[in-house]
Amino acid sequence: MTPLGYARPRDVADALDRAAAPGAMFIGGGTNLVDLMKLGVETPAALVDVGRLGLDRIEELAGGGLRIGAAVRNSRLAADARVRQRYPVLAEALVNGASGQLRNMATVGGNLLQRTRCAYFQDTSADCNKRVPGSGCSARAGDHRNLAILGGSPACIATHPSDMAVAMVALDAVVNVRTPAGTSRTDVRELHRLPGSTPHIETVLAAGSLIESVDLPAPVEARSTYRKVRDRASFAFAVASVAAIVQLDDRRVRDVRIALGAVAPRPWRASAAEDVIRGESPSTALFESAIAAELADAEPLRGNAYKVPLLRNLVVRVLCELCGVDPPVRSLA
Amino acid sequence: MTNFHSTIDVSVNGQRRSDEVDHRSTLLDYLREHLGLTGSKKGCDHGQCGACTVLQDGLRINSCLQLAVMADGTEVITIEGIDAEGIDAEGIHTEGIDGTVDRAGSGGGGASLQRTFVELDGLQCGYCTPGQICSAVGVIREIAAGWPSAVMEQVTDRPALTEAEVRERMSGNLCRCGAYVNIVPAILRAQELRS
Ligand SMILES: Cc1cc2nc3c(=O)[nH]c(=O)nc-3n(C[C@H](O)[C@H](O)[C@H](O)COP(=O)(O)OP(=O)(O)OC[C@H]3O[C@@H](n4cnc5c(N)ncnc54)[C@H](O)[C@@H]3O)c2cc1C
Ligand code: FES
Ligand code: FES
Repeated sequence: MTPLGYARPRDVADALDRAAAPGAMFIGGGTNLVDLMKLGVETPAALVDVGRLGLDRIEELAGGGLRIGAAVRNSRLAADARVRQRYPVLAEALVNGASGQLRNMATVGGNLLQRTRCAYFQDTSADCNKRVPGSGCSARAGDHRNLAILGGSPACIATHPSDMAVAMVALDAVVNVRTPAGTSRTDVRELHRLPGSTPHIETVLAAGSLIESVDLPAPVEARSTYRKVRDRASFAFAVASVAAIVQLDDRRVRDVRIALGAVAPRPWRASAAEDVIRGESPSTALFESAIAAELADAEPLRGNAYKVPLLRNLVVRVLCELCGVDPPVRSLA
Repeated sequence: MTNFHSTIDVSVNGQRRSDEVDHRSTLLDYLREHLGLTGSKKGCDHGQCGACTVLQDGLRINSCLQLAVMADGTEVITIEGIDAEGIDAEGIHTEGIDGTVDRAGSGGGGASLQRTFVELDGLQCGYCTPGQICSAVGVIREIAAGWPSAVMEQVTDRPALTEAEVRERMSGNLCRCGAYVNIVPAILRAQELRS
């Protein structure tokens, strides 16, 4: 690491001012940024610590929603009684992420903006279009077992690794962003860009933007769950995950929201699947055609093709459970 | 001119310190190299093993992923100070599921964990042990405070200190000797002794 500046700003205006300096970066809990600095992937000239700007509060919004400060730690968010009662899917996603120690450090803003776990992105001796634009992608021909089957491009198939963000996308959460020009709002589902030919540009945020908070809209009466598949039972990133929220009438699915994790460059809202299900009466066949519609554009590679049946079975099973439909019994293929 | 060093005020095992640190230095390196508190171990330096676990303002964290300068103004407890660590989980309170503030009444007894790890062979080489014990203190507090985990039926339930909970909540602490079969009972036993 090269010598490093560090500032603990007085207020948000001061933080934005300091972040405008060349090479300056915000730091929340540091669990991703410090890691990447040690690997030489991130090389900030100075850090602007947003941990003590008063952004560590969870506030009620008019109408029953919640505003979550960007510096709220993941563990505190999961433990908050209002979050557990009104948005259990978010608490579930949080406690399925990382470890107890990491959750005590990780902030909401940092979790949203954490970088991919693609091994080539983390290895400065490898080619990676995200880290060094134009250098190529080692993952296509190399190890892409845990990379994207949806939304990738020839330039990049890295996944966004967050669990929390998947639940937020299903909940229609909105990010409040501050720049020197003012405040703006972005849906969490629109926060991350698809890679196209510019995988190094990961979000729609202008350089130096500060995530101030995340708004959760008023909760709806619904059944929900977060289900994560990983290589070991705990403390591992997802190979696939789903957050699902289902509102049932007597016989029909009045509304459904499905977000998928670890299968795309961003937490992936499965709108095509939702469109198939909405208004219909729940059944295994319905859910299978829904996930088939979502996976129609999937572009699996040799090493991650297993994610197609995995995701299909995962989504069908979760929807069956939430709707009280008997899940199918069948082999993997 | 950019400054590459800062003076931090931090309490370590109850002792107030004021030290100049390089901004690149992690809390772990500050504890080990600067203060000579070599109980906290560096296993991976990337948040993956938990050997560096310490308590900060009552919560367990990986000291390898926090810069020392970020610890300014906090209270840090390492394995060297854990025996005095308390019965009381001050600082880690959370709103109970009924909406009332629920102060964690039974904290993790550091000394009792040290004893049960020895009595029940919760270690082999011992390298992971300081992190295991600091983490276990955190786990006992988090459960007392009603914090949810991934093995609970419902996140709105009240957790209890069971084997399944210990395994899930301690998953951030790896043991290369595989002493888990004794670590889990050592934690359960320490809790029994205290209650
Ligand atoms: C071993 C290990 C296992 C893990 N397992 C999981 C897992 O299973 N599931 C999972 O979801 N995650 C996992 N994680 C990732 C972890 O969740 C993230 O590292 C963490 O959420 C990042 O939050 P932070 O506050 O520490 O971010 P930081 O490291 O502080 O910052 C990350 C990025 O966000 C930017 N940033 C931070 N705050 C703001 C803000 N307010 N406004 C604008 N920019 C900001 C920073 O500049 C930086 O670019 C794991 C991490 C490790 C090390
Ligand atoms: S040394 Fe910190 S987690 Fe391994
Ligand atoms: S006792 Fe040897 S690593 Fe755990």
